[in-house]
Amino acid sequence: MELLLLIFLPLAGAIITSFIKGGAAKISALGFALASLCVTIGLLTQFTPDATTQFAVNYPWIQQLGINFHVGIDGISMITVILTNVLMPLIILSSFKHEYKNANAFYALMLFMQSGLLLVFTALDGFLFYIGWEAALIPIYFICAMWGGKDRIKVNMKFFVYTIAGSLFMLLGIIYLYLQNPANNFDINAFYALNLDSYQQGWIFWAFFIAFAIKMPIFPFHTWQPDTYTEAPAPGTMLLSGIMLKMGIYGVIRWLLPIVPQGVNDWVCVAMILSVIGIVYASLIGFTQKDAKRLIAYSSIAHVGLIAAGIFTLNTQGMQGVMVQMLSHGINVVGLFFVLDIISSRLKTNKIDELGGLAKVAPQLAISFLIILLGTVALPGTNGFVGEFLLLYSVYSYNVWLGAIAGLTIIFGAVYMLRMYQKVMLGQTNELTITFADIKGTEKIVLYTICALVIVMGVYPKPILHISEAAVQQLLEQVNQKLTGVN
Amino acid sequence: MNIIITIVIAAFLVLYAGLFKAKKALLPLTLVGLLVALGFAVASWNNSTIYFGMMKMDNFALAFSAISIVGTFFIFLLTQKYFAEGSENIAEYFTLILFALSGIVIMVSYQNLSMLFIGLEIMSVSLYILAGIRKLNFASNEASLKYFLMGAFSTGFLLFGITLIYGATGSFDIDVIQQYLVNNVKAVSPLFYPGIILIMIGLCFKVGAAPFHFWTPDVYEGSPSLITAFMSTVVKTAGFAAFLRLFAGAFEPLHDFWTPALMVIVIITLCVGNITALYQKNFKRMLAYSSISHAGYMLFSLVVLTANSASNVLVYAAAYTFASIIAFAVLILVKQKTGSDSIDSFNGLGKRNPLAAFALTVAMLSLAGIPLTAGFIGKYVMFLNVMENYQVALVTIAILNALIGFYYYFKVIIAVWFKEGHDVQLDVPLQYKIVLVVSVIVTLFLGVYPNLILNLI
Repeated sequence: MELLLLIFLPLAGAIITSFIKGGAAKISALGFALASLCVTIGLLTQFTPDATTQFAVNYPWIQQLGINFHVGIDGISMITVILTNVLMPLIILSSFKHEYKNANAFYALMLFMQSGLLLVFTALDGFLFYIGWEAALIPIYFICAMWGGKDRIKVNMKFFVYTIAGSLFMLLGIIYLYLQNPANNFDINAFYALNLDSYQQGWIFWAFFIAFAIKMPIFPFHTWQPDTYTEAPAPGTMLLSGIMLKMGIYGVIRWLLPIVPQGVNDWVCVAMILSVIGIVYASLIGFTQKDAKRLIAYSSIAHVGLIAAGIFTLNTQGMQGVMVQMLSHGINVVGLFFVLDIISSRLKTNKIDELGGLAKVAPQLAISFLIILLGTVALPGTNGFVGEFLLLYSVYSYNVWLGAIAGLTIIFGAVYMLRMYQKVMLGQTNELTITFADIKGTEKIVLYTICALVIVMGVYPKPILHISEAAVQQLLEQVNQKLTGVN
Repeated sequence: MNIIITIVIAAFLVLYAGLFKAKKALLPLTLVGLLVALGFAVASWNNSTIYFGMMKMDNFALAFSAISIVGTFFIFLLTQKYFAEGSENIAEYFTLILFALSGIVIMVSYQNLSMLFIGLEIMSVSLYILAGIRKLNFASNEASLKYFLMGAFSTGFLLFGITLIYGATGSFDIDVIQQYLVNNVKAVSPLFYPGIILIMIGLCFKVGAAPFHFWTPDVYEGSPSLITAFMSTVVKTAGFAAFLRLFAGAFEPLHDFWTPALMVIVIITLCVGNITALYQKNFKRMLAYSSISHAGYMLFSLVVLTANSASNVLVYAAAYTFASIIAFAVLILVKQKTGSDSIDSFNGLGKRNPLAAFALTVAMLSLAGIPLTAGFIGKYVMFLNVMENYQVALVTIAILNALIGFYYYFKVIIAVWFKEGHDVQLDVPLQYKIVLVVSVIVTLFLGVYPNLILNLI
């Protein structure tokens, strides 16, 4: 029951917020997002970190088609639910300085998307997962296409068609699994129990993998991402990069590995190589970017590439690294985009060359930015270090060469991130940046919260690792059992 | 039977009311007549009766009659002020639509092939007149003439097919024909095969499946918008019901023979409809081409016959009908103000009329098949239907076409919300508001909870 509250509270919030005119809409949205966070904390206190699925709810929904409203939370879902509900209030709060036209629609769409995301992260029914998947896409499309930049219509059409193309093939895969299932339903455990031969598994692997790869995005399915991130309004970018791409990662862990382990096993080297190519490619392109927002967008592709590589190593360290890194990357990237949003809303530019010397006029912003940036480049003691260390370790143990390439590139990535910091924050102020005002009010709250999370998670990551550990181990055991069973 | 009688009586009453210039009485009279007919349809549920070996009012017939009546009811609600602008004698519109509806009820309930022909003709003749009812409008005349010529031609095919089937089996009764096939699986008369193909061609003309679709865009564009709405929703649904009754019933034993032909038609229909719709700048023409592609999706249920084929078509038709009615209602409102059917004339509608814009958005999402709308459930059951036979190639083609569909339906959404437009405020009369709100609610409700209509028949 608590879980139903968790999923439908944002939806109710969306409906209510859509009727609130004027500036009160953002307050209402923030209220609902905070309420969701409280519900999440409530769930967390009752959550026992073992491998079981908890708070499960299972209602028949469309009986004729074997569709049930079946949701539940285990350690892996818990991480993503925490991510969603921690970031959501921060993202909403970060938008307070902006006056969006039709603010009620804007915030209603954000809350609607939150419901969709939570549905994706808790669904235990294939059909429900698909519904959540699309329910999260439609609002973000409208957010980005309605309130975005100059090229928003074209760019978002590409984004939309790309992602929905992937998801339609995923739907095909889900229907196939349903037809294979003798119980005629979409239950995830029934899908886990299916005995598919490696040919079938190969096809299903691709049907799902492409959908997830587009969402994350993994090279070569990433071409929508930089443009969409750049054109989207700041909260849209944060939603896309902070939460939405985790749908793809979560999908791989929940719906790909355990259902078609043989397919994964057959194609893992391809997926691995694509992931590593993504890291190298995005880092190289990131190096040449003149726009800070695009630079972060490419660095995000590189980081996600590493996360994807970590999943496909199929070992506990890698998977645990994925869990921590999902949270860290979400928090850090939201922080980075927020800093850029603060800069661009004051100076109307994100071009690296036009900025400089901001640290002199805005020391608080500079310090927050530095902390978040160090988290992103994985300095020991920050949240990025924990995940990245585990990920690199696992990729290294999977294949020395891939590990070396990935590791070196990530270090390389740190260079251009720091270079960006240097050019934007340090040096001499110019006539544009001299008038820059330091952060205040809600900006402070958001940035300080994020900085605190970066440090706390970096120094003491154990509680987070603890939440997902049992679930991750069970999942990998399940995969290995099935693999040895097939062979 | 009561349904047909009620509709016909209503049609005559309306005609007389028109004769005595009782203009105010026309609409209430029609609506009451339709409600009574709908009541009869609901009352005879699960009570299958065969009338004189000619018509069989089973659940299939009742369900399709009911949805046709509901669709017509909504279209009548949209007549407010609409016809009055074009002509003095609006009673004839009402009467003709009612006559067409009576033909439709016969088409969905025939037991005897002669009734199929009669029903089809009652419907078609009414529609020929309706398409050309704007006597002074060039496009309307063109539409009428084209529709008439093509329609007469296709009826010829149908009739010839029926004759051949009669020659082979000695009966018009669809049960007898089916029995004949079951008894003579190995030695079906050679007359039978061309008969099936000719009937298929005739019916494909009527539902506007490619490559027999050439009349559709011109006729849809030239006819008055409300008549187009009627043709592309109610009439199309009826065509599919007639199709199903024959092919999923009587001709089912020869499934292996006609499926390949139908498969080709489906693939051509999907591709032609969607790809051509992509290039349309005129909203009405785009809807016409998209209706061709929807015909393709609905034919899926015939490519793989399962126990659910009929109810799948019903679900799809319901979703499609409500979405189309919204689209045409908004089109009529926009055209009244801007005088144009082009997609550009929808620019900036979101700012001026949030209600109409929201309804249109839901309609487009439903037509595109986005989850949580009725259109998605319709497409989903069709895909599922075909996947049951593991026709993965066909479903892949359908998915690619669905993607193209997203593109052009979103063109409308983009125009409505994201583009700057004219500042003309639309007048949305009360009846339009009712139609829009109810249709949106039905579309969303069926998308979230389709249990009521799934496996109904």
